[in-house]
Amino acid sequence: MRRYLQEFLKGIIRENPTFVLALGLCPTLAVSVSVINGIGMGLAATFVLLGSNIIISLIKNVIPDRIRIPCFIVVIATFVTINELVMKAYSPVLDRALGIYVPLIVVNCIVLGRAEAYAQKNSVLNSLFDGLGMGVGFTLALILISAIREFLGAGTILGHTLIKGFEPVFVLGMPSGALLLIGLLLGFFNVLKNRRA
Amino acid sequence: MDAAQFLTIFISAVFIYNVILSRFLGLCSFIAISKQTKPALAMSLAVMFVTTMSSIITWLIYRFLLIPFHLTYLRTISFILVIATFVQFVEMVIRKISPPMYRFFGIYLPLITVNCAVLGVAVLNADMFFVGNKAVQGSFYYSAFQGICVGLGYTLAMLLMSGIRERLELCHVPKAVKDFPLGFIIASIMSLSFLGFNGFRF
Repeated sequence: MRRYLQEFLKGIIRENPTFVLALGLCPTLAVSVSVINGIGMGLAATFVLLGSNIIISLIKNVIPDRIRIPCFIVVIATFVTINELVMKAYSPVLDRALGIYVPLIVVNCIVLGRAEAYAQKNSVLNSLFDGLGMGVGFTLALILISAIREFLGAGTILGHTLIKGFEPVFVLGMPSGALLLIGLLLGFFNVLKNRRA
Repeated sequence: MDAAQFLTIFISAVFIYNVILSRFLGLCSFIAISKQTKPALAMSLAVMFVTTMSSIITWLIYRFLLIPFHLTYLRTISFILVIATFVQFVEMVIRKISPPMYRFFGIYLPLITVNCAVLGVAVLNADMFFVGNKAVQGSFYYSAFQGICVGLGYTLAMLLMSGIRERLELCHVPKAVKDFPLGFIIASIMSLSFLGFNGFRF
């Protein structure tokens, strides 16, 4: 049990996909305008990660080594399509807000990265917890970034105004604000890493 | 199909909605390969070629396979498979016919498969130039042209960035922001200046 817990926890802090591995930054920056978008994207990616990790670890012995990447991509794309259809049916508003970044989960480096680096070498249960941990780590990172951006850029959190009379810094809601924030956050996490080492 | 539409696509894909600085597609390769101008240029040319070709191929697939058979929900799977196969094929062809060219940008080709810009432009084309599962007039040319323009936008951002980073090599920067973080901060400032194109209207 402890082992599985470790697999789960490593994705959240020690190997956080966004801040430590710097993977999958495209969707992170694009959708983090508001917290609700961030949560939606995080959950969608978690679902895909979980599904693809399980399936790939199940079929890892059947796939020939030379064509493993196309095989992985097909598995991942299947889960992305399921996710797309479900999202279109049950939360069309979120689907419209995330736009092309929903199908683009296919090329999110985190998903293919975990398939290549972890799921094809480990047992099903381990891969399940690895996928779950990575997904939760990704979601938490998204929530952190989108909370900062929504609060400073629009003065709200989840649509609620926190401080009356707060003048929002519009640039944080724009693409350049996202790039600036991720640069500063990565720098901040580097400082923490250097201090620990 | 008219010239104004092409101009709009050009301005919006290259400047206003620049694939990297505004849409954040292909950010990984942008940060990773922009340290020097020469590899950056090679990567950009490879990306431009692949976005153009894949725009054309995915348009054909969407128009003549997915729509007639009511399979548009298979868009993501079919596009990514076709792009991956195409990139693999181009790599093999280049290796066979021109080893120097292969050395110049062969190593970047596998990276392009998972470059979000390529799939991104295919999906964008399908969203923009098909209304209610019907191709708008001239959509084939618009799609192909958008593919070229996205590639151009990528090249522009890549060249600017690599030029800045080459000079930055000579500067002393804080250890914590070296490489990646500083790359993002520079990209942020570039994106801010690209915001100036936002007022363009036709």
